[in-house]
Amino acid sequence: MTNRRVNAIGAALLALSGAAEAAYHWNLPTPVTRVAGEIYNLHLVMMGIILVIFVGVFGVMFYSIYAHRKSVGHKAENFHENITVEIIWAIIPFLILIAVAWPATKSILNLKDTASSDITIKATGYQWKWGYDYLRGEGEGISFLSNLSTPQDQITGKAPKGEHYLLEVDNPMVVPVGKKVRVLLTSNDVIHAWMVPAFGVKQDAIPGFVRDTWFRAEKEGVYRGQCAELCGKDHGFMPIVVEVLSTEKYMAWVGEQKKRMAAAADDPNKKWNLSELKARGEKVYAANCVACHQANGQGVKGTFPALDGSLLANGPRGRHIEIVLNGKRGTAMAPFGKQLSDTDVAAVITYERNAWSNKTGEVIQPSEIGSARK
Amino acid sequence: MSAVIDSGHAHDEHAHGPYGGVMRWVTTTNHKDIGTLYLWFSFTMFLVGGMLALAIRAELFQPGLQFWHPEFFNQLTTMHGLIMVFGAIMPAFVGFANWQVPMMIGAPDMAFARLNNWSFWMLPVAATLLVGSFFVPGGASAAGWTIYAPLSTQMGPGMDLAIFALHIMGASSIMGSINIITTILNMRAPGMTLIRMPLFVWTWLITAYLLIAVMPVLAGAITMLLTDRHFGTSFFNAAGGGDPVMFQHIFWFFGHPEVYIMILPGFGIISQVIPAFSRKPLFGYSSMVYATASIAVLSFIVWAHHMFTVGMPTAGILFFMYATVLIAVPTGVKVFNWLTTMWRGSMSFETPMLFAVGFIFVFTMGGFTGLILAIMPIDIQLQDTYYVVAHFHYVLVAGSLFSLFAGFYFWVPKWTGRMYDEKLGKWHFWLSMIFFNVTFFPMHFLGLAGMPRRIPDYALQFAGFNEIASIGAFAFGLSQILFLWIALKVTVLGRGEEAGQRPWDGADTLEWTHLPSPAPYHSFHEQPVLG
Repeated sequence: MTNRRVNAIGAALLALSGAAEAAYHWNLPTPVTRVAGEIYNLHLVMMGIILVIFVGVFGVMFYSIYAHRKSVGHKAENFHENITVEIIWAIIPFLILIAVAWPATKSILNLKDTASSDITIKATGYQWKWGYDYLRGEGEGISFLSNLSTPQDQITGKAPKGEHYLLEVDNPMVVPVGKKVRVLLTSNDVIHAWMVPAFGVKQDAIPGFVRDTWFRAEKEGVYRGQCAELCGKDHGFMPIVVEVLSTEKYMAWVGEQKKRMAAAADDPNKKWNLSELKARGEKVYAANCVACHQANGQGVKGTFPALDGSLLANGPRGRHIEIVLNGKRGTAMAPFGKQLSDTDVAAVITYERNAWSNKTGEVIQPSEIGSARK
Repeated sequence: MSAVIDSGHAHDEHAHGPYGGVMRWVTTTNHKDIGTLYLWFSFTMFLVGGMLALAIRAELFQPGLQFWHPEFFNQLTTMHGLIMVFGAIMPAFVGFANWQVPMMIGAPDMAFARLNNWSFWMLPVAATLLVGSFFVPGGASAAGWTIYAPLSTQMGPGMDLAIFALHIMGASSIMGSINIITTILNMRAPGMTLIRMPLFVWTWLITAYLLIAVMPVLAGAITMLLTDRHFGTSFFNAAGGGDPVMFQHIFWFFGHPEVYIMILPGFGIISQVIPAFSRKPLFGYSSMVYATASIAVLSFIVWAHHMFTVGMPTAGILFFMYATVLIAVPTGVKVFNWLTTMWRGSMSFETPMLFAVGFIFVFTMGGFTGLILAIMPIDIQLQDTYYVVAHFHYVLVAGSLFSLFAGFYFWVPKWTGRMYDEKLGKWHFWLSMIFFNVTFFPMHFLGLAGMPRRIPDYALQFAGFNEIASIGAFAFGLSQILFLWIALKVTVLGRGEEAGQRPWDGADTLEWTHLPSPAPYHSFHEQPVLG
């Protein structure tokens, strides 16, 4: 073999290992909580046991295949049934199982212990985003929605994909390092699941019920996960991002959020005009409605109804308001009244009634939504 | 119908039934004809489900959305699952039962011949509803093959068609099972005591009981779903006092025995093939029977290991984890028995044996990953990721499907009187084996790295292994076209060497020792006498 050839192979291997770095993750992610660490180790132990059994069982099988072939002239013996052997091979696996069940049990008791948390955050699954409400501890009262922030162009291949493609959100959940965070999970529509592999956390969010889980992140950083339970069309597009900050930075973040929320609170008695509401409604529409009804208001034929030119968006406004507030049972249309403020609902309905070919010219004021809620 | 009754009375004069052409198949009450129908039906569904799988893998070849809308992608995964489970694997095993059970116990036919015809002919109706649901407004059900409420209450009319299809398939399975149980318990030749029955018959007897026990449970779950969807009930709707998690409990109470329904007859086939090609009796016949029965019993008390992330109380988690790992014991007994049967035998490796050994190898790997998933803390990381996808394809494709292939190559000489093309059969094995692993082995890594299942698009860190899996899937799919040719050649075209009564010198069940090849249309009108 010439030297050049060796070099070429070396370069190819290097390139391959480089690629492996980029796109071939093959083990559990590096744990950043104790629970995730325990799981990581349990998995290693199990793999060790399995490897030993694998080598034993298939060593025997392939030796037998090699040595006891008809083609090499091996004559069949006629032994069968041996109670001693059969008891031994039932008992040994049983003992191995008890040996692994013990550490697993300890780990379960630990990961189910959600008591005495420092911070409690409620995570609500929506089709298809997460909402976070800080219920107790530092940051109490903070509340926001967390949407996928990857641009549509990257998904459809019109733009190059970014580093955190599909694993990035507009507003991540933010928590302080080293604090026990209890996460209460529920859902607004169908079952979702909140998963952050680096924390060793996965918990279903079930509509109408509250479940909980917890984590204590031991390292600052940004940790990413995804919805893990099939929840409809955009199941693959509702990631979870948790930013773990130092205590000081977390306090600063809390202060910032409180200011933002105070500023964002709308004066309920303000009279809005058409262009103001339309501009705001377009944003609300892009964040909440576009996934099904589409940017052009045409929906998806047979699955999600069009709004452009529809009876709903051009007919009596009362019905339109009611559908947006309360959703439509048995369809993916969620009751947005629980997620959006009066102003946002008013804005989005105004937008829908005045966008595309819809030209009702109607302006729906937030006060109207407020009274419709009652 | 009167003609059918005639054929029952006077089969000697009507060696091939009263009708020729299509009507022979529509009106047949012959277990061999019905077995053939089941097998062709299931193979057709296997190809349909396979095409859906390739459509899935095409989308997942690269990150980004290339071919399908996310909603349609969900329809693909859902229908792939439903079609493969209810349309391909289950009917294929019933096809084997129809052909083999009467011949292996020395019975002339199945106990309820006309019921047998009906249980088959319900299936194409169900399949039409299922496949046709792609073409109704909103398309097919997109709630996953597990059709979890309340997602499934959101679906369009495609969901209702799927529910009706499942009802019909369930009814067909129950009737088939009643038939199999009655046949086995009442029609064995004198001297064929229960504890002398071939293991394939034993595993089907136990499977049939499982089917009768759990198909009504599925029927209950989907009926409640139907009334939730249309008649205002709230079984699975918390707002009306129901509980979405209850659906999962009921579904998996059916679903876990269901996975054993799809593997136990496979164990039976492997337990016929391994001794035949090792030229040595099965090492522990009775312990194999007991192991099968214990797996069946355990299958009823482990269902919630599919639901470790719903938030069960600790005591519940521990119970289901312990019960689940216990299954490793009888499963281990089976694998050890096959190995000791091979040990010091005189083995030859024709295609059935290749598939049987391949089965042991890959099925055991599926068993290992099952053990890992049973450990609840690890399952927290792996639940609903590609690790689970890898696991159940190892036991369902490499397990059930490979055992079906083994059974086909093993028995087709008896069915047709001709040998299949051995060279092509070996190609089929090696291509299937290699590309199966190329497709599904990387999925373990994807799951460990945290890629959720049932997503149409994924983060860049998952790109490498998805590419490999997609390439493997297309090659695996193409390899099955080779199987179609092999099967056509030996069955429809009737090409291949004459098989002779007993082409496998190690095979010693009744169909080999007492019947010529091909087995006559009506076999055992006189009961064989066993020593």
